[in-house]
Amino acid sequence: MLTLNINGADHQVDVPDDMPLLWVLRDVLGMTGTKYGCGIAQCGACTVHLDGTAVRACVLPVSNIAQGQKIVTIEAVGKSDLGKKVQDAWLEHEVVQCGYCQSGQIMSAVALLTQHPDAGDAEIDAGMSGNVCRCCTYTRIRGAIKSVSQA
Amino acid sequence: MTRFTSIWGIVARTVLSSMAPIALALVASSAQAADQATIQRGEYLARAADCVACHLDENGGRPFAGGRGFKLPFGMLYSPNITPDKETGIGTWSDDDFVSAMQEGVGKDGKHYYPAFPYTSYTLMSRDDILAIKAYLFSLEPIKQPNKENDIGFPFNQRWGMMFWNMMFNPNERFEPDPSKSAEWNRGAYLVEGAGHCGECHTPRNIFQARDSSRNLGGAVIQGWKAYNISGDQKTGIGAWPDEALASYLSTGHAEGYGVAAGPMAEAVNHSLRFLTPEDIRAMVVYLKSVPSQPYGLMRPEPKELSADAPAKGNNPLGQKVFADACVSCHLWDGSGRQSTFAALRGLRTVNDPEATNLVQVLLGGDKLENPHGDHFMPGFARGYSNQELAAVTNFVLEHFGHARGEMTPEEIETRRHPE
Amino acid sequence: MTKNVSAHAVSLSRRKLLQASGIAAGGLLLATALPFSRRSYAEQYVNKGPEDAPLDTPTALGAFLRIGHDGQVTLISPKIEMGQGVQTGFAMMVAEELNVTLDQVRVQEAPPDEKLYGDKLLGFQATGGSSSTRSNWQPLREAAAAARLMLIQAAANQWGVSPEECRAENGKVIGPGNRELVYGALVDAAAKLPVPENVPLKKPEDYKVIGQPLRRLDTPGKVNGSAKFTIDLQLPGMKIATVNACPVVGGTLVSVDDSRARAVPGVRDVVKLDNAVAVIGDHMWAALKGLKALEIQWDMGPNAGIDSAQIERALHAAFDREGAIAAEAGDINKAIAGASSKIEAEYEMPFLAHATLEPMTCVAQVREDACELWVGTQVPVMAQQAAAKAAGLPPEKVIVNNQLIGGGFGRRLEADFIAQAAAIAKHVDYPIKLVWTREEDTAHDLYRPHYIDRFSAGLDANGMPVGWSHTIVGASVMARFAPAAVPPNGLDADAVEVSNKPIYKLPNLKVRYVPEAPKAILNSWWRGVGPLHGAYVMESFIDELAYAAKQDPVDYRMKLLGDHPRAQAVLKLAAEKANWSQKLPTGHGRGVAVQEVFGSYLATVVEMQVDAQNGIHITRLICVADCGEVTNPTSVHSQLEGGTMFGLSAALYNEITIKDGHVEQSNFHDYRQLRMSDAPPVETHIIPSHEVPGGIGEAGTAMIAPALVNALYAATGKRIRRLPVARAGYHVA
Repeated sequence: MLTLNINGADHQVDVPDDMPLLWVLRDVLGMTGTKYGCGIAQCGACTVHLDGTAVRACVLPVSNIAQGQKIVTIEAVGKSDLGKKVQDAWLEHEVVQCGYCQSGQIMSAVALLTQHPDAGDAEIDAGMSGNVCRCCTYTRIRGAIKSVSQA
Repeated sequence: MTRFTSIWGIVARTVLSSMAPIALALVASSAQAADQATIQRGEYLARAADCVACHLDENGGRPFAGGRGFKLPFGMLYSPNITPDKETGIGTWSDDDFVSAMQEGVGKDGKHYYPAFPYTSYTLMSRDDILAIKAYLFSLEPIKQPNKENDIGFPFNQRWGMMFWNMMFNPNERFEPDPSKSAEWNRGAYLVEGAGHCGECHTPRNIFQARDSSRNLGGAVIQGWKAYNISGDQKTGIGAWPDEALASYLSTGHAEGYGVAAGPMAEAVNHSLRFLTPEDIRAMVVYLKSVPSQPYGLMRPEPKELSADAPAKGNNPLGQKVFADACVSCHLWDGSGRQSTFAALRGLRTVNDPEATNLVQVLLGGDKLENPHGDHFMPGFARGYSNQELAAVTNFVLEHFGHARGEMTPEEIETRRHPE
Repeated sequence: MTKNVSAHAVSLSRRKLLQASGIAAGGLLLATALPFSRRSYAEQYVNKGPEDAPLDTPTALGAFLRIGHDGQVTLISPKIEMGQGVQTGFAMMVAEELNVTLDQVRVQEAPPDEKLYGDKLLGFQATGGSSSTRSNWQPLREAAAAARLMLIQAAANQWGVSPEECRAENGKVIGPGNRELVYGALVDAAAKLPVPENVPLKKPEDYKVIGQPLRRLDTPGKVNGSAKFTIDLQLPGMKIATVNACPVVGGTLVSVDDSRARAVPGVRDVVKLDNAVAVIGDHMWAALKGLKALEIQWDMGPNAGIDSAQIERALHAAFDREGAIAAEAGDINKAIAGASSKIEAEYEMPFLAHATLEPMTCVAQVREDACELWVGTQVPVMAQQAAAKAAGLPPEKVIVNNQLIGGGFGRRLEADFIAQAAAIAKHVDYPIKLVWTREEDTAHDLYRPHYIDRFSAGLDANGMPVGWSHTIVGASVMARFAPAAVPPNGLDADAVEVSNKPIYKLPNLKVRYVPEAPKAILNSWWRGVGPLHGAYVMESFIDELAYAAKQDPVDYRMKLLGDHPRAQAVLKLAAEKANWSQKLPTGHGRGVAVQEVFGSYLATVVEMQVDAQNGIHITRLICVADCGEVTNPTSVHSQLEGGTMFGLSAALYNEITIKDGHVEQSNFHDYRQLRMSDAPPVETHIIPSHEVPGGIGEAGTAMIAPALVNALYAATGKRIRRLPVARAGYHVA
């Protein structure tokens, strides 16, 4: 039995050690905002925060998460000021197309802006290139991030 | 070669001087009685000897049915079927047949094996242990799968020639414990030099393709990979590795800041080492750290203290771009590993190798380590990325995480895509 | 014609009635067809069938529209939302003619019903071919306008005044003396009125909603994780299935040892199909581990030895066959023989996977008497039929609940994974959610055909084309998808689109198509469809002609576009925006492409620098569109940007290859996609127009490859005639 602190609440889960956080979130806890895209950390759709850092949940075995580490997912990222700002910017810039990757994009963007409140093009390239958007909304993602970083 | 150097070299010389057998964690048993305990011991020893690594066709084959191809300088060899099938396997083999194969490299029909089959190491194993392996193999379901024909050119297809090679290079002698050493050390030596046949990869070979015992475990290049120096040398070997790091490396393929197994070593971990008991792993650590220093090869880089941020765009923006695209999701800019320290790059010889031998191998073909806490997997990027991109990211990794100046070229990447 | 939908209509078959009038007719029980439809609903639907559903639902105003007593307007969307913004566009059309605000309109997916929701351009119920706005622009607005008139009439009747004295505004009817009735209070009466014919529609100058850059309706849930895609659905008792299909098309399952798989904790079942094995678990991880633990023996079948080289040889050999004539004018042989110079070229486009980010996923429950699907599909009727066949049920026993789509791109025009889900679900007594792994998704796609195109042209003394011969070889998607729709000569309209009706003045012309279905790989539509292929080859070859004639590529095209002023206009604006006439330094270049695609006119310009290491730096990317009347400019800009980059991703990187009968690519490391660091800013410009709307979802995608290779030629002098560009050793720097 593992205790995972997700979005501020402790969850007891009885899952195999090697089970990636992604499937614990989606199939055990029913938090489906975090998406499956590739399973090998090549698309970023499953990005969540572990103690504020963006991690790819599809390759993060739950047993690698230490007791007390805080997990934040797309469902609750909007509770922080920055998270809310980023979500609003996404809507303001009409970033979304199919929307499937956008949970991961937003989680990566919030992590990036936490580290670099003034993120510019170079930081965006370095911090966002692990997230694939098949609808190719990149121009608008870049615009939305810049609108927050300038604010 | 001017002097006779038996392949087991230094170790054998040391241990042969001892006469008093030391009780290892091995239980003697009747060669005939394949009781359950023997079969279990045989299974364990077959793991330790990593039989399945070779006797399994990686393209959907079945364990011990053979068929795996080995591209050698003189042609293609295929591993044979060692399941107890009477027609296509070893079902009709007697104990003596099997022991002769393992200790002398001579099969049932008198056929001489090529030393791709590591009998020059297995020769150290006791008849009891070898027969336990046989008992285990004979407890398996027979699989009817005819052996593939080797494709070896003249004169190497003249197997009788191996007779002379064996006279030169196979001592055909059993392991004798060294009473001056601990039981643990002796057990480690037996596993490292015998069953585990570490030297088959980690000891360089002479012009006769025999291991150069004067450089025992001093590192070699095999199948396009660097089998690093694992002698006790402080700088180039594993002498400075903490015991726990070495034990972790052997049992999981991973020791943060020291090494991550890839290629043939990952196979050795996946098929063999991870199944060994903690006691046996400790024994191997004790022995390996005592292996006389071989001051050759790459030094492990001092782990760099790196920023969590991408470096300022330097003279290799393409390398940095590819790293951002394909690598940073697992490795992070500071090389500490994002989801797992299995992806940590700091302190690895692989990122400090100006020739980037293993680095390019891993970039092209990926890596996979099987582990009780989850498999660790890196995809290979050969198909998706161009020679320029792979050369650039190679150089970025070498300079950013190691102390090597990367001089990888697109042409060299192209060459390595098509190994001989 | 008017039709009274009250009392006497009950005796009619509802379906016949709806056939008679697209906008009249009855209320489907759609209000309850929500994603998590209760079994009771399913049973009711299945037992009674849509034919017998009660007709006199008071709020029914048509197949597309419902208005509740609370005034809530529900648009039954015949098209699925997969990011193209179509449902917001539809809602805007409805809001416009119904005089409500956009937030008063709710969108619901249409059920499978060919007669009600079949697309008039495509000929069947599907979301694809950039047809959505084109096909529904007229009927949707008419439905809404008719509803408005009926509501006004109902109010006028109640007040005893003439409808001319009343107007509809903001969800209310306002009559003389400013008296008001909200729509919700009028729907019962309105539903009993005859549906007016020849409904007048608003003039563009009166538009309040159409043409406004409005936010999409479906986006808020997509930025906070609450939007549910198929992969996110959870039903009581549902388990997760994942599958391993035979790697080779045409191969079959011989046997499987599932003992180790069944021993994995959480694995519930292992289901064997003819060509696949599925593992069902409590969660995806159990199913995945179970899948890995299977020991499967395949019979790889007749395609086991096929590789890409063989397929390409077969395609090349097909040029020797006559094929079908797609277009012919003048005397091509004479024209080319008499030309002052002759140019030939061969182009090649690879197989492409769709790689939607949401992999193929379908929730299915099969019982003895019914099957229910929850699935994002571009083809609900085909989904219904495929599942029916797999489940051994008549189609009317299959309920399809369509869902948000996490990337379609044409992949979800196929129902293979839906049939597979139904086949798996048939073996178990609980609902399953079939989730394909990325590896399965990449290797078991139905791929964009590999096309080879040969051109030869004769130029006159001024370098202008006098003869134009074009032969196309590639798989006919239609021949596989709907063989009956292909004429006896095998001419597939999709394969020759754009090529068969060149926008350029080409006096002597012959366009030939030779269908050649490759072995070991199935082909289907891929975003951009026919025009993606046609625009690439046409715009590449015309560019080669321009350079051969030593003329500026824009000028050269302009001269040949006399019959297409809209094409000239987009080309002119694109050249202006790109500063086309301004010279660039060595190593830099601009490339252009212009075409009529999906009823829209587009011009795309790429400006790039190529460095000494073959690194491409796209410095500018300009896309100009005239797509007729624009419903939501925001969506048009988004589609042009994203669609262009979607095409760029494939043009740069993508190619599916076959070895030993199976697809060699597996995931995003070896089938890579455009990333943030690759993505150039796309400048989009829309030419204002009141022409009928053209398609836009795929238009940008179709234009980028030729603009890219033309720019590469301008920058380097190297002509890429085979995609992807990465094949020639280029990368994005």
